[in-house]
Amino acid sequence: MVPTHSASVPTAPDGPTSPGSVLEGRIVLDARDISRALTRISHEILERNKGLDKLVLLGIPTRGVHLARRVSERIAKVEGAQVPLGTLDITMYRDDLRKQPTRGPHHTVMPPGGVDGKVVVLVDDVLFSGRTVRAALDAMNDLGRPATVRLAVLVDRGHRELPIRADHVGKNLPSARNERVMVRLEESDGYDDVRIAPMDSLVNHGVYQDGAPA
Amino acid sequence: MNKHLLSIDDLDVNDVSVLFDTAAEMHDVQRRSVKKLPALRGRTVVNLFFEDSTRTRSSFEIAGKWLSADVINVSAKGSSVSKGESLRDTVLTVAAMGVDGLVIRHGASGAAQQVSQWTEAVVINAGDGMHEHPTQALLDAYTLQRRMGTLEDKRVAIVGDLTHSRVFRSNILLLHKLGAHVTVVAPPTLMPAGVTAWSKDAGFETSYDLDEVLPDADAVMMLRVQRERMNGAYFPSAREYTVGYGLTRERLAVLKPDAPICHPGPMNRGLEIAADAADAAQSAVLDQVSAGVAIRMSVLYHLLAGEESGA
Repeated sequence: MVPTHSASVPTAPDGPTSPGSVLEGRIVLDARDISRALTRISHEILERNKGLDKLVLLGIPTRGVHLARRVSERIAKVEGAQVPLGTLDITMYRDDLRKQPTRGPHHTVMPPGGVDGKVVVLVDDVLFSGRTVRAALDAMNDLGRPATVRLAVLVDRGHRELPIRADHVGKNLPSARNERVMVRLEESDGYDDVRIAPMDSLVNHGVYQDGAPA
Repeated sequence: MNKHLLSIDDLDVNDVSVLFDTAAEMHDVQRRSVKKLPALRGRTVVNLFFEDSTRTRSSFEIAGKWLSADVINVSAKGSSVSKGESLRDTVLTVAAMGVDGLVIRHGASGAAQQVSQWTEAVVINAGDGMHEHPTQALLDAYTLQRRMGTLEDKRVAIVGDLTHSRVFRSNILLLHKLGAHVTVVAPPTLMPAGVTAWSKDAGFETSYDLDEVLPDADAVMMLRVQRERMNGAYFPSAREYTVGYGLTRERLAVLKPDAPICHPGPMNRGLEIAADAADAAQSAVLDQVSAGVAIRMSVLYHLLAGEESGA
């Protein structure tokens, strides 16, 4: 059987999300922390880019897409104009395709105006090994040639396996390699929070450790 | 999903919906300027075609290449097959070169099934005799679903040479799985033996009268009159076939204006389908071709990209 997307949602690998069973970890960001972090990231992006010029946001499915949308809403409030928003699926660019059961790809949506010559800000939830970002850079290569690519993440938990760093970070979260960082967002999970928990059997059930999308 | 795709029966409804979802994403890739995904990098797919084919073979070839697989075409003509090599030896020879996927078309029903027992490679049936052609059925249903939104409770008419049609057999199985009501229409001589008993099991209806079926149809699928398999007198003349079972200009006027017209190709224009119908706005024939690439990318991806044991 082909696992569907829902089977790979990192926060709820075994069915319905019930606070208490799967989510016994410690809350490191609550809804208000997430909101403040995103507001700061939005301002940082604008400050770094000196406004909206050539700016494009690309969310990495699934949670990066929600975060990119939230950032774009904040930017629209500050600047009074929309920043082009897209999504970039990386499923077929992963370097561990052969090590996992096959997963269906997510939707890739080109931002209005494309990415050629633009300042693209990739948005994802957790930065861990850096492999998701590497895959995203490859995927972007097939879509066009941006002038600059930057990376915004809600949580940077360390343990990079590739020479990749984030430009905008919501929270630097020191973690042990054998801990799990779980991001829940209203849009996909019904809650806003980030938790850290000791690794349990969940990870060994094929849940991707990055907290990254399937 | 099963390791191989030999028959529509290898797929359950969930598999079909996963394949369609992926195909929809692949459809978007077809519109990009760089039509290349790295998912099957380093994997090798052999198209082993013992019967003539343009669209199925080239569609599998493009699908494989867009997924970065190495695709090799072996056709019976100009290969050792014409020197008298057996199917088994051909397959074992090709497989021994380290092939990951084998797309096979063969004139004998059950050939793909047989081949799957000789090799470790993933086998995809691209048409075996008068048995099945699963990827054609998938692309037909996918095309109809995109045009009509859903196949649930839709009335689909399949018209033509049913006896020799593997497309029809695969389509019956798949459309039934997806909830469509199928009526098959053919002259008595081209209705397969035992169809009455089978239609009860498989949940479809049969008719000899196209004019009775057509006005109620939400979609119509015309099958090719397979001249190469017509070694008996199935109908008196081509003209007579057209009068009774062709989708003529007159019948096109009776058909619902939004009912898609499908034809697996190649079309015998003027025989089973009039040019007016083939080129009508409601004709889905070219949609089917582009859907063919998307569906085959989806199938190759799901059968070949993941971990080897197929957990």
